[in-house]
Amino acid sequence: MAAVTGDNHGLRLATRYAVLVLVAIIFIFPLLFMAMSSLKPDQQLLNDTNSLRAFLPVGDLSLQNYWDAFDRAPIGVFVLNSVLVTATTVVFSLFVCSLAAFSFVFLNWKGRGLIFSILLATLIIPYETIFIPLLLMASQLPWIGAQGFEVGWLNTYRVQIIPFIADGLTIFLFVQYFRDLPKELIEASRVEGASWWQIYRKIVMPLAGPVLATAAILKFLFMYNQYLWPLMVVQEEAIRPVMVGLGYFTDQLNVPWGEVMAYLTLITVPVLAFYLMLQRAFIASIASTGVKG
Amino acid sequence: MKNATPLLARGAALAALLAASASVAHAQTELSLWYHGAGSANAEEALVNQLVEEFNASQSDWTVVIETFPQLAYNDAVGAAALAGELPDILDVDGPVMPNWAWAGYMQPLGIDEALLADYLPGTIGRWGGEIYSVGLWDAAVAMTTRRSTLEAYGIRIPTLDEPWTGQEFTSALMTIRDSGDFEFPLDLGMAWRGEWYPYAFSPLLQSFGGDIIDRSTYQTADGVLNGDAAIAFGEWWQMLFEENLAPGTSQDAADRDVGLLNGTYAISWNGNWAALPVVEAFGDDALFLPAPDFGNGPTIGGASWQFGVSATSEHPEGARAFIEFALQDRWFAAFSDGTGLIPPTSSAAADTANYAPGGPLEVFYGLSEAQALVRPVTPGYIVQARIFEGALADIANGADVIDALDAAVDDIEDDIQANNGYGH
Repeated sequence: MAAVTGDNHGLRLATRYAVLVLVAIIFIFPLLFMAMSSLKPDQQLLNDTNSLRAFLPVGDLSLQNYWDAFDRAPIGVFVLNSVLVTATTVVFSLFVCSLAAFSFVFLNWKGRGLIFSILLATLIIPYETIFIPLLLMASQLPWIGAQGFEVGWLNTYRVQIIPFIADGLTIFLFVQYFRDLPKELIEASRVEGASWWQIYRKIVMPLAGPVLATAAILKFLFMYNQYLWPLMVVQEEAIRPVMVGLGYFTDQLNVPWGEVMAYLTLITVPVLAFYLMLQRAFIASIASTGVKG
Repeated sequence: MKNATPLLARGAALAALLAASASVAHAQTELSLWYHGAGSANAEEALVNQLVEEFNASQSDWTVVIETFPQLAYNDAVGAAALAGELPDILDVDGPVMPNWAWAGYMQPLGIDEALLADYLPGTIGRWGGEIYSVGLWDAAVAMTTRRSTLEAYGIRIPTLDEPWTGQEFTSALMTIRDSGDFEFPLDLGMAWRGEWYPYAFSPLLQSFGGDIIDRSTYQTADGVLNGDAAIAFGEWWQMLFEENLAPGTSQDAADRDVGLLNGTYAISWNGNWAALPVVEAFGDDALFLPAPDFGNGPTIGGASWQFGVSATSEHPEGARAFIEFALQDRWFAAFSDGTGLIPPTSSAAADTANYAPGGPLEVFYGLSEAQALVRPVTPGYIVQARIFEGALADIANGADVIDALDAAVDDIEDDIQANNGYGH
C-alpha cells in the first residue's frame, strides 16, 4: 500500500512538473523568439517562422539588427525618457496614493465613503475615453518654470507624468492592504501620542512592502507601455518614450522584422529588471490580496 | 566736455539701435515642419533634412525647423495637435488623406502658381474644392511583378502598356500556372498587408470592372457603384480568386508576402515600385513589371503618395509656400527618387534618375503612373470609406455573400456621409 502511495506521489509530482514546464515554455517562447530573431537577418527570420528554428540560435547570427536599430532611432533617448517618466510617476504615485488610502482607512472625515465609491467607479472608465478632454486641458494649463510663466503643458515631461500620479486602482490596492493591518497598532500609536504623519511614515508604510511592490509594478507596466497619450501630447523627438519609438520601425507596408525584434529586446530589459527586482514582494502581495496583475 | 558724454551716449544708443535693426532685418522667422518618416530605412529622412538645410541656407527670411514622427503615429499626432491648436506651419500629408484635413480645417490652400505643376504626374497634386492644397515630390505605382521565364514557360503573353491583359486572359493565365502545380499560388495580392493597401491596390481593379468606392460625380452615395452590376461582377471574380486557390487569402503570412515571389512560392505578385529593386537584384533581366489587367473599363492603378501642404493655423503661409516652392525642383525630385526608389513627378526629373531614366530598371513604373494612375476618391470621407471597403473585400475573400457584403458597405458609407453632412461637397 505504501509503495502504491509512493508511486502515486511520484506520478503526481511528475505530472505537476510537466504541466509547470509546459506553462513555462508557453511564457518563455515569445521572449525566446524575440531574442533569437533579433540576431537573424530578415530573410532567415521570416523563413524560420515555419519551424522550431525560430526559437533556436541557428543560422547566420549577428548583432547587425541592433546596430541598424540604433541607426534608425535614438533608442537611448527613448529608453531614458521612458525610465525617467515611469520612475518619477511610480515614486510620486506610491506616495500620493498611499496617503490617500491612509486617509480613507484610518482617518474619519465626512463623505469619505462617497468619495471612495466615486474613486472606485473611475476604475471602469478607460483612460482612452478621457484623453481628448485631458488633451484640451493640458494644452491650456498654466505653469511656472525656468522660463517663467507659460501656458500649455504639451511637449513636456510633466504632461506625461502628472496626470497619472493618482489613480483609482493604486489607491484601491493600498486601501485593501491597509484594511488588513491590525487596528490595535494604530490605536496604540495614537494613545502613545504619535501624529498621523508619524503613524503613516513609521508604522503603516514599513509594513506595506508587498503592496508597494504590487502597485509599483502595475504602475511601472502601465507607464512604460504608454502609447496613445504621449503620441498625442509630445511632438518633440527628444522627449518621446519607447512605445512611440516602436513606430520608427514600421511604415505602411514594410517592416524590418530583425530590427523590430532587436528594439523590443532592448526595451524589454528595463521591464524584466524591474520585475525581477520586486518579484518576491509582488508574489507575496498577490498571494495575500488575491489581486492579479 | 560737459556735453561730450551725452553726445557719446546718444551716439552709442544710435549705434546700438542700428545694430539691433540690422539684426532684426536679418533674423529668420522660424517655420515648423512636421514630417512622417522618422526612422525611414531608406534615405528619405536624410534627404528631407538636407532639403531643409539647403532652404535655410538659401535665403535670409525663414528658418524651417523639422520635427519627425513615425508614420504609424503621424496622422493621430496631427489630429491631436489640431485639437490643441498646435499645428505646425508646414504639414506632410498622405495624398488621399489631404481632402479630410482640408475639410476639417487643418490645412489652407497652397496658393501656388498652377503653371509650375503643368507637367507633374496627376497623383502628385492634391486638390480639394477646386484649390491645390498639397504637392508631392514623388509618386508610387503598383504592377504585376513576375519573371519573363515564368510566363514563357507556360506560354503566357507578356502584356504591354498599350496591350494589357484582358480580365479573361489574366484569369486564364493564373489558372494555367495553378494547374502546373509549380507554385503554392499563382498570384500574391498582398492580402497580409491590411489597412490602406486594400483600397490603394484593389479599388483600381474594381474601377477597371466599372465600379468604384463612391460615386465621384456627387461623392454623396456609393449606391450603384459599389453594389451595382459591375461591382458585383468584381466581387464574384474577387471571391473566385480565393475559392479557386489562385491567391492566398486574408490569412496570408506577412513573411510570405515579403519573400514569396523571390523564393518561388508565388508566380506573380501585385506589388509596388518600392519593392521592385530587390526583384531586379534577384532576377536581373528576367524581372518583369506589368500593367494592371483591363477588366473592361481600362486598366487602372492607384495614385498619390505623401505631399507637402500648409497648415490652416500657420501665421506665415508665404514662408511655408516659399519652402515648398524651393522643394519643387527636378534636382530634389531626382535626389529623392535615387535615394528612395520612388517615382519622380516630372519626366525631366525621371530622365536624371538612375532607375527611371530611359532604359532604367524601373522605367516602366513612370509609364504606369502616367498612363494608369487614378487618385483615390477625393473626398474627406475617404478615410472612412477606405476602411469600409477594406472590410468588405476581406469579408468577400473569406466567403461572405458578395451582394450582402457590398450592400452593407454601401449602407455604412452612406451613413457616414450623412453623419458628416455630406462632407462639404
